[in-house]
Amino acid sequence: MQATETTSPALIEADRLMVVCNSCRYCEGICAVFPAMEMRRSFTAADLRYFANLCHGCGACYDDCQFSPPHEFNVNVPKVMAQVRAESYAHYAWPRAAAKVFEHNGLAVALTAALGVAAFVAGFVAWTDPSVLFGTHTGPGAFYRLMPHNAMVLLFGAAFSYALLALAMGLRNFWRDGKGAEAAAYAAAGHDAATLRYLDGGGAGCQDGDGAESDNRRLFHHLTLYGFLLCLASTTTATLYHYVLGREAPYPWYDVPVVLGTLGGLGLLVGPIGLMREKAKRDPATKATGLVGMETAFVAMLFLTSLSGLALLVLRETPAMGLLLAFHLGVVFALFLTLPYGKFVHGLYRYLALVRYAQERKSGP
Amino acid sequence: MYDALIVGGGNAAMCAAISARRGGASVLVLEAAPKFYRGGNTRHTRNMRCAHDSATETLTGPYTEAEFWTDLHQVTGGQTDEELAKHMIAESKEMLGWIVEQGVRFQPSLGGTLSLGRTNSFFLGGGRAMLNALYRTAESLGVEVLYDAEVVGADIRDGMFLAASVKHGSKIKRIRAKTLVAAAGGFEANIDWLKQYWGDPADNFLIRGTPYNRGTVLRILLDAGAHPVGDPTQCHAVAIDARAPKFDGGIITRLDCVVFGIVVNKHAQRFDDEGADFWPKRYAVWGRLVAAQPDQIAYIVFDKSASTLFMPSLFPAIEGQTIAELAAKLGLDTAALEQTVARFNAAVRPGTFDSTVLDDCRTEGLVPPKSHWARALATPPFYAYPVRPGITFTYLGTKVDKTARILMQDGKPSANMFAAGEIMAGNVLGKGYAAGIGMTIGSVFGRIAGREAAKRASN
Repeated sequence: MQATETTSPALIEADRLMVVCNSCRYCEGICAVFPAMEMRRSFTAADLRYFANLCHGCGACYDDCQFSPPHEFNVNVPKVMAQVRAESYAHYAWPRAAAKVFEHNGLAVALTAALGVAAFVAGFVAWTDPSVLFGTHTGPGAFYRLMPHNAMVLLFGAAFSYALLALAMGLRNFWRDGKGAEAAAYAAAGHDAATLRYLDGGGAGCQDGDGAESDNRRLFHHLTLYGFLLCLASTTTATLYHYVLGREAPYPWYDVPVVLGTLGGLGLLVGPIGLMREKAKRDPATKATGLVGMETAFVAMLFLTSLSGLALLVLRETPAMGLLLAFHLGVVFALFLTLPYGKFVHGLYRYLALVRYAQERKSGP
Repeated sequence: MYDALIVGGGNAAMCAAISARRGGASVLVLEAAPKFYRGGNTRHTRNMRCAHDSATETLTGPYTEAEFWTDLHQVTGGQTDEELAKHMIAESKEMLGWIVEQGVRFQPSLGGTLSLGRTNSFFLGGGRAMLNALYRTAESLGVEVLYDAEVVGADIRDGMFLAASVKHGSKIKRIRAKTLVAAAGGFEANIDWLKQYWGDPADNFLIRGTPYNRGTVLRILLDAGAHPVGDPTQCHAVAIDARAPKFDGGIITRLDCVVFGIVVNKHAQRFDDEGADFWPKRYAVWGRLVAAQPDQIAYIVFDKSASTLFMPSLFPAIEGQTIAELAAKLGLDTAALEQTVARFNAAVRPGTFDSTVLDDCRTEGLVPPKSHWARALATPPFYAYPVRPGITFTYLGTKVDKTARILMQDGKPSANMFAAGEIMAGNVLGKGYAAGIGMTIGSVFGRIAGREAAKRASN
């Protein structure tokens, strides 16, 4: 790194490791990090952040490395890259002041969620009669007896728009460190991201403690990601139903929004639990310290969103519906607000890193 | 009592363990190193050289047995047991498939090693990844492995192995077995042994692998009457960065820039032709050349024009804006280095520089000459790497037959002792080296030794 660059202990260590790895190169077949490194002889802070976001944390290079601890060269790429990656989220965050949210991410997300739920419960109570909150409502428009549809749209539209803006600005900050890319690179990266190509330890699955390997993290990540996308598709369909067809929620169980939401919701129940279990099984040596909050908060939020959504589906014709709706809306609201400042951003930065990598493969760094 | 006792923990040992176990034998592996450092020099390897008749997913073209033999004959200058070598080469063909069946994965040749893309199969993730796969397979088959278990003695009578004395923790245990496979490598990390041939200069040698390659088992076998093979005074020595740790610096301390500069000793004098031939053919010569210099230290000096022509390495080059500044940083006599560089620069003839061929850039009227890639050191900054001999392996071993059975001094095969890997490499590799051949010797003879030991044990 240049002496003039803003730096951190993690960046300095990543720089040292990349010098070691670039002199060895035994791991170049494992993932994209090492070929990207080989295109350079020295590394800027931006290069290191780019490598860190290319790294999927599979851990294979740690098991394979002849210089990992206790060797005096102390090479631990997965751990250091996880630290640099977490710092990079804060580095690229918009607005700059929000970078601090990443430092105590778990706490921040939990507080937002709690406040969100409390606000919806209080709001329902304040704007309607408590008997409405604990009443039984059925048929089209049942939800909107607790909160008018337009109010819901306004509130969630605003939260979602803010999240989109903040995410877009963060991506712009990340992208400015590179040189741009052609359409083919976006497509190639899309394929690599959609299949989690580099979460496979070079072909045999992620490192899974004591040198054994398994592919479960990829499976659970697929369940989580595609579950999330199905839920998004469910919401989008419901919006079209409402505005284009004039049909109001709740919809019958066999209708498209409910089917998509249920399938996605199941993915978001099983996926997050699996990911947390796999994380617990991993070699502690390869995990960065101080990131538990951030890594847990986002998956926990996805899990709660799904759990409350499915509970709402099952219990929507009972007096529990009012509180469940408040809980669900509160969690979803907090999820939206914290999207740009939590683990969610990993997918976006990693995708752009893959785009940059695909382009560099073609035209160099 | 075990059917097969495997001493060592590298490629040869694990291939032997797996093949013996698959042959029905009960197997115990004794690895002298702790678990992390298991595997001896295999930890630092990255490929193996196997004959094959056509291109594969990871190999760019055929490498016939005949071509392999020609290469082996050339690098050893004929110091090889032709029958044994040809047997190994023939067996190496099957090795590519067999080793994959044991869980090892290959990848195309690494960046910077394109010249090996046709002949050598690279391990995905390198030698330690290969070892991890072999250990996992062996243990899943029921092979027992004991770490921190150094064999310090053996009960061998008339070439018949009865039991080994094993130091494990503070205790010495006696372990009996029907057969022994010695796969414990050479003695490159045993400085006292090296000193027998090299004297005090051996104190300045750096050892590229772990401190556990002490040659204890080799010594025991030779003392018990095994027929020695290979020149005991010789070792594979490379000029590596002098700042490397004493042991286990591995590949990242190697320097590939000799051909792009000049090499001077501590008196700032050149002492050999830096451009005699392509680097892959010369790198193993320079360790010995540096070992012969005072204090076993030398300096590769080059200028900015060469600074990106070679693979990066661990330690940064020492830099000076002038030759005098560089000399001061290296602790060399300023006037002497300036004079050496000036004399070299004056002797450089005009030519067309091309690192991919034996080009016409050479010196004239200079002793020693630089025959190729000679360009004046004229563009600052100037750089230098200090280098010392880095010892990779030793050549002394035990003689074996085609079944990997150890031959005794009377020429008769041992009743139940086999050898595989570096400990018997001298049979086929009397001198010199070709990339990846150590792993071929280990895998092929390891597999044979394990199979034969299992057969012997069941009789």
